[in-house]
Amino acid sequence: MNTTRRALLAAGASLALARPALAQAAPKVVVIGGGFGGATAARALHRGGLDVTLVEVNPTYVACPFSNEVIAGLQPMAAQRFGYEGLARAGIRVVHAAATGIDAGARRVTLADGTTFPYDRLVLSPGIDLRFDAIPGYDEAAAARMPHAWKAGEQTLLLARQIEAMPEGGTVVLAVPGNPYRCPPGPYERASLIAHVLKTRKPRAKLILLDAKDTFSKQRLFQSAWATLYPEQIEYVPLAEGGQVSAVEPDAMIVRTDFAEYKADVACIIPPQRAGRIAIVAGVADRSGWCPIDPVTFESRLVPGLHVIGDAAIAGAMPKSAFSANAQAKVCAAAVIDLLAGRAPETPKLINTCYSLVAPGYGISIAGVYHPAGGVLADVEGAGGISPVDAPRSLREQEALYAADWYRTITRQVFG
Amino acid sequence: MKLFPMVAACLLAGPVGVASAAERPPPGASSCAGCHAEGAAMGAIDGRPEAEIAAALAAYRSGTRPDSVMGRIAKGFSEAESQAIAAYLARQGQP
Repeated sequence: MNTTRRALLAAGASLALARPALAQAAPKVVVIGGGFGGATAARALHRGGLDVTLVEVNPTYVACPFSNEVIAGLQPMAAQRFGYEGLARAGIRVVHAAATGIDAGARRVTLADGTTFPYDRLVLSPGIDLRFDAIPGYDEAAAARMPHAWKAGEQTLLLARQIEAMPEGGTVVLAVPGNPYRCPPGPYERASLIAHVLKTRKPRAKLILLDAKDTFSKQRLFQSAWATLYPEQIEYVPLAEGGQVSAVEPDAMIVRTDFAEYKADVACIIPPQRAGRIAIVAGVADRSGWCPIDPVTFESRLVPGLHVIGDAAIAGAMPKSAFSANAQAKVCAAAVIDLLAGRAPETPKLINTCYSLVAPGYGISIAGVYHPAGGVLADVEGAGGISPVDAPRSLREQEALYAADWYRTITRQVFG
Repeated sequence: MKLFPMVAACLLAGPVGVASAAERPPPGASSCAGCHAEGAAMGAIDGRPEAEIAAALAAYRSGTRPDSVMGRIAKGFSEAESQAIAAYLARQGQP
């Protein structure tokens, strides 16, 4: 056991002993961020008998998984939206406000209106913020012309409308950042589904996929499917061939790399990202912009008493996915419950499964099993991997079905 | 005083209302509900017989029961871990 964990266990034990059990209320946990991670954590902590407050600025959550299907017109936007009534019905206090300050010493969260909430433990699930300082020319104003659509909602609809309105022989430029970023295979699913729209409705149009790296998640599966399904639609430009975007000019709809200039009819620019703002405010993000955590408890390595889950965390081999956030939230909640009860948290194992749709009825997947090793979450040797590259079409159909069922299952479980 | 053992147990267990260690899912088990639910193609597993779940995990792990996704996941768990997961899942959803 490392020094920090030993000290924290001692702190947890003294907390339990310092208060007469029968005279006290349940320990208080504040969860900031009501996405797949935060909402799951709030439910698990509440089930564990804790007094839980979920702080989420938006009254409605718009899910990112399956939002590429919305862009391609394969899924209605309504299927992405979830309210918090289910969590409130479960007995969780849901507060729709922005958290603006965290006093880790006093163990207190401050909201935008000045309200404060004390906590015994704080769970942060802030998701991502887009780095509007990373690509010259690409700021928030530029995103209104060249949508990122990497936070689902209005941006998703904007990109969908632009593709719908694009001229018959037009060009879509899709720019993908370097690692790490939310949803590693997401840009390639997006390229696939936009290519599906082009193939079926604008067959002379093409998509140029500019990538700031040379390898990517489910690469063999995507590229094998593209060769079969979209040979005329997708032109892939990896880093080695000049795929990294060096600047954009939104007024002229130009996307530049060090080697070329692309004139786009539609430009989807997914910029580099970092942990959501409250993680920066709380001091749990390091110089990388992401949050280092203990792989057993998800407690911040920088600020004791704060736990970070989901896309914002540096979770080792675990990718930034909704499935990961859901799995991490449950492990983190169990650890928080143990710490508050003065027990040693159990060493966890976590699973991630991630499906991508390449075309309607054509799904591919990656799975992984992870455990704490060497201070990080590492792959369990011999497990995980991608679906077979040479699989029959029936398996692709099955994985597309699994993808849709996973989405229904997880959103029902999380939002109720 | 008859209540004393209960009070002592509460004090030892920590703050009131906090779940006991006995309810903790074994490593990996809490991830399963991400996919398995009533009405989904993957099927619900909560409350299924322990022996059935353990046998399925063993078959996925060895490859005798082919499945694209579960084959990849089951290989991440030892026989003992799989058995613990099966016992835990079998207890869920039971009255």
